[in-house]
Amino acid sequence: MSSLSETLSSLSMLATPEQLLQATGETLYMVVVSALISTALGLPLGVLLHVTRKDQFMSRPRLNRVLGAFTNIGRSVPYIILMVSILPLTRFLVGSSIGTNAAIVSLTLSAIPFVARLIEGALNEVPPGLIEAAQAMGAKPMQIITKVLVPEALPGIFNSLTVTVVTLISYSAMAGAVAGGGLGALGINYGYQRFDGMTMLVTVIILVALVQLLQSVGDALVRRVDHR
Amino acid sequence: MINIRSVNKVYGEGPNAVTALRDINLEVPQGGIYGVVGRSGAGKSTLIRCVNMLETPTSGQVLVDGQDLTQLDEQGLRLARHQIGMIFQHFNLLSSRTVYDNIALPLELMKADSAQIKAAVEPLLELTGLTDKVDHYPSQLSGGQKQRVAIARALATKPKVLLSDEATSALDPHTTRSILELLKNINRELGITILLITHEMEVVKRICDRVALISDGSLIEEDEVGHFFTHPTTALGHEFVETALSQPLPEGLEDRLHANKAPSRRPVIRLTFSGDSVQAPLITQLARQFSVDVSILQAQVEHIQSQVLGRLLAELSGSDEAIAQAMTHLESQPVRLEVLGYVQPV
Repeated sequence: MSSLSETLSSLSMLATPEQLLQATGETLYMVVVSALISTALGLPLGVLLHVTRKDQFMSRPRLNRVLGAFTNIGRSVPYIILMVSILPLTRFLVGSSIGTNAAIVSLTLSAIPFVARLIEGALNEVPPGLIEAAQAMGAKPMQIITKVLVPEALPGIFNSLTVTVVTLISYSAMAGAVAGGGLGALGINYGYQRFDGMTMLVTVIILVALVQLLQSVGDALVRRVDHR
Repeated sequence: MINIRSVNKVYGEGPNAVTALRDINLEVPQGGIYGVVGRSGAGKSTLIRCVNMLETPTSGQVLVDGQDLTQLDEQGLRLARHQIGMIFQHFNLLSSRTVYDNIALPLELMKADSAQIKAAVEPLLELTGLTDKVDHYPSQLSGGQKQRVAIARALATKPKVLLSDEATSALDPHTTRSILELLKNINRELGITILLITHEMEVVKRICDRVALISDGSLIEEDEVGHFFTHPTTALGHEFVETALSQPLPEGLEDRLHANKAPSRRPVIRLTFSGDSVQAPLITQLARQFSVDVSILQAQVEHIQSQVLGRLLAELSGSDEAIAQAMTHLESQPVRLEVLGYVQPV
């Protein structure tokens, strides 16, 4: 670490290694917390979107249309607009409209419909014959979800979550533009506003490394659960 | 064991309605193996899916072990389904579970504890010959092994009835035979009633006691299997029997065969014997009484359940008059006579 920090110090940039480290920590914090919350809420929503379709075992076409419409609205609002338009809600929830916690609110809110649609897609890949077999065994709807549908879709679900985390990293950088903190904020503040190309370059390199790392972790998880 | 009474199934409504099943009545006796055959789209699949209510009949009753499934609520139906195992053409195993865990699934659904599951699964592994595959995932198994897992899974809850939806249709002939053997074993040793649907007469011939023929949603023929093979009553029945029994004509015969009679051409006939007529000395009679020579081109004997079925392909030679008399005689005998065509002697 010290040698890395020496190398960083030797680069001619305005941001200090401590600032880089802190910004990286902030980015990870925002991404991890929003990924956890959006998965916790997006997974059930995705399952509901799938099982309430008209040809599915918990068919509720009207509920499905309502949920689908909400999800589409959430998906179609550009993140940057969502972020500023929900500021009152953010202030109510975390007491501030700036900083990493504020960014988490908008990141989570935009990721929930994203996660839900991806997971719905992963569940669509489960062969209908498996659901039928479970029904023939006398499975309850909840058992079909927990014992058949979700375990069979797990590789696809892990893929979806990896995509979500990577997307959250790039969105978190956008949150930085409006004082959200993290690597994005550092890059904008030094690289853009103070013309410090080196700081910009280093933040981008760190972001690239983060994405690569998380993608490989995600891929490894998928391989582990995929027995198809 | 299974009683299907006046079952109708209609999909859709109004002018777009499609009738899949028309007034089906069928009774599967306890401990039997019952086959339903028909072409694809005839309604076989819909029929078998009505037996465990994967499809709800539009009208009629479905009784399994005396219980009318059409009258049950959701909870009652779930309990009833534990008594009805089912296997499928594409196995429908969970790719995320090992062989052991796949077989354990129906027991988990019933909230059995791990000791109960172990006690139920292990004998089934033995029975289906999967003991050494217990920790494998389905993707590591062959088609036949997958169907064995599916059969073990269907038996895990000790059902009284096993439904088989084209269970061998995705398998090669050799594997098909071994799966059919297994089903027959299960039927004999565990006393489970089996209802199967198939488009392969081979399956019916090998293991079924009774057979029903379904066409365009209606049941058009129903019989004990041995009798069905020897005495099909409908045109479609004939066709199905033919596909199960026919062997290709001997090399070169097809090209020499003429449809029309002509002087000096000799008839090629096929005789189908069944039951007592298998023993009748028909061929020697022809030679002695009518001075007709009989050259046998092909012969086969099939044992279908308790029935013996013999088929003989032969060329007759002699004077036109003698042949005509011989044919008249054959028609009066308890055999089925078909004239395939006429050949010029070489």
